[in-house]
Amino acid sequence: MSESDVITLTYAISPDDFTRAGEASSDVKGKLKQMGVCPEAVRKVAIAMYEGEINMVIHARGGEITVNITPKQIEMILADAGPGIPDVELAMKAGFSTAPDEIRSLGFGAGMGLPNMQKYSDEMKIDTVIGKGTTIFMKVNILPAS
Amino acid sequence: MTARDVRDILGARVLAGEDHLEKEVTSACGADMMSDVLAFSKDHSVLLTGLCNPQVIRTAEMLDIVCLVFVRGKRPDEAMLSMAEERGLIVLATGHRMFSACGMLFAAGLHGGAV
Repeated sequence: MSESDVITLTYAISPDDFTRAGEASSDVKGKLKQMGVCPEAVRKVAIAMYEGEINMVIHARGGEITVNITPKQIEMILADAGPGIPDVELAMKAGFSTAPDEIRSLGFGAGMGLPNMQKYSDEMKIDTVIGKGTTIFMKVNILPAS
Repeated sequence: MTARDVRDILGARVLAGEDHLEKEVTSACGADMMSDVLAFSKDHSVLLTGLCNPQVIRTAEMLDIVCLVFVRGKRPDEAMLSMAEERGLIVLATGHRMFSACGMLFAAGLHGGAV
């Protein structure tokens, strides 16, 4: 893979199908492993994207995820047409959640999703418009093999 | 210790990954909230949980967990077990409650790992 090569993967995230949430992240993880990307970067991408994917199903009626892979970094763009995030700063606080009890009984909604996405990505940006949707950009750097 | 040791200590049943029982396990975590597992797990190889849905298998996959232990007699369905088999994940089931199961493994030398 040369410096200028980009591999792009796109996934439609189906709404309200909690059972299937995570399929896209699982596929990306498998592909990155196959490509020989360093395990640390694979793990970071898998966790950050999985949290994002779960959020899209819980809060935003699904959406689309695009993953751009280059030799130096993995960029994830998670776009939904959901309700938007009214207070991003508050949503980023560990433990803050608006998820219903039904989601908590499924093991999510502890208010760790967005903080985890930030923790496991090297760069993260949230664009959100109330009533229109949210787009989250995340980047994970691939460290050169030592 | 190995996953086989975990099975023996807990008197657990093997529901998936029978062929992988010799795999080494180095540390463990126990939780019912997958959000917390994703937030706090660092290179854990065993996950004990009382939550029983497909997202447990996916969480284990994302974190490279080697061995999943369902406590309190929870039984995953066939769909979950085939997901686990596809991923080479070992799945055990024990009737012990979370606290007891964690304590038995801890007493046998399996600890929580780095904080």
